[in-house]
Amino acid sequence: MRKETRRFALGLAALALSAILAPEAMGDDPGAISIDRPWARATAPGAPNGAVFMTIVNRGAEDDRLIAADADVAKVIELHTHRMDGGVMRMRQVPEIPVAGGSSTNLAPGGYHVMLIGLNAPLTEGTSFSLALTLERAGAIRIEVPVAAPGAMAGPDAGAHSHPMGEQ
Amino acid sequence: MTGTSPGAGRSGAQRWAAYAAIAVLALVVAAAATRWIGLPAPPGLGTGSGQAEIGGPFTLIDHNGETVTDETFRGRILLVYFGYTYCPDICPTSLGAVADALDILGPAADAITPLFITVDPERDTPSRMKNYVTFFHPRLIGLTGTAPQTAAAISAYQVYAERVEESENETGFYLVDHSAFIYIMDRDGRFLGLFSHGTGPEAIAKRLRKIL
Repeated sequence: MRKETRRFALGLAALALSAILAPEAMGDDPGAISIDRPWARATAPGAPNGAVFMTIVNRGAEDDRLIAADADVAKVIELHTHRMDGGVMRMRQVPEIPVAGGSSTNLAPGGYHVMLIGLNAPLTEGTSFSLALTLERAGAIRIEVPVAAPGAMAGPDAGAHSHPMGEQ
Repeated sequence: MTGTSPGAGRSGAQRWAAYAAIAVLALVVAAAATRWIGLPAPPGLGTGSGQAEIGGPFTLIDHNGETVTDETFRGRILLVYFGYTYCPDICPTSLGAVADALDILGPAADAITPLFITVDPERDTPSRMKNYVTFFHPRLIGLTGTAPQTAAAISAYQVYAERVEESENETGFYLVDHSAFIYIMDRDGRFLGLFSHGTGPEAIAKRLRKIL
């Protein structure tokens, strides 16, 4: 009985807290954006940088854009893209990654990615880490990023053909 | 997180001229590679065409700290890739594909030596190279050297590599733009062909099987 009362009080407090926090933490259409199959590649011992890939799905009508990312695993986190010029890969920081209304944007090897600069420790295959994304409209979204094989071309759960290092 | 702009159109005509030159070079190389790889090698195909060949002499330091030259690898089929260990996406994609291709080929791959030559000798020490390359495949060999040594190798392979000043940030981090081809060299150290970035391990293995 006592336990139940306490649980009820706790629940009420949580509800009240979320009511206070939600409008700040979330944007004006929090349900519009979802993050599909986030993943990162395992990094070599001492390799200072890593990359996170995912698909950002925008079910809302309004355009949105990824404007920032943050995680404890690295010192600096930037949004990057690649441009291919006659066989030369040019990686550049971008201020934002657009996701048009009713469509999705792929962050994948050779293109857009969340760049982890100055890793505090190597990313180890089979583990995962937390990444906070900030979208201009949808607000903050926190995701868990699983770590795939070092040369993987897709996340650990994305099908047998796309997990090169795992094959025998 | 305040980003610089993606750099497009930053310095105008000169830059575009450079891009155009690179594109033309890539086309020439690709055209040549297609011809050389698709057919059995014509007897007596020499270097007499006047066109500069990809590859040539180099002296570098391997990931165990030993000095090596192009002569060290005579008798081996080489896969040569230029990159750097601070590279989080393009190099892992290429090295992952090479590693998987070697595994697909199995014992046949014993005739192949995969080389990863740094375009960033300032940061890529032999031990850093060792950690990086062996993480992808135990048979990969990382090569670094003094700046003039790596510059000579870069020049011999007609690789484009340039440090991106605008990418520098407060952690001392910077990027290096670089060609992302995997070059195939024959047992005599001559250029056989190349794989463009994004070629999958199956396609690499298939082509190597014809050469072996």
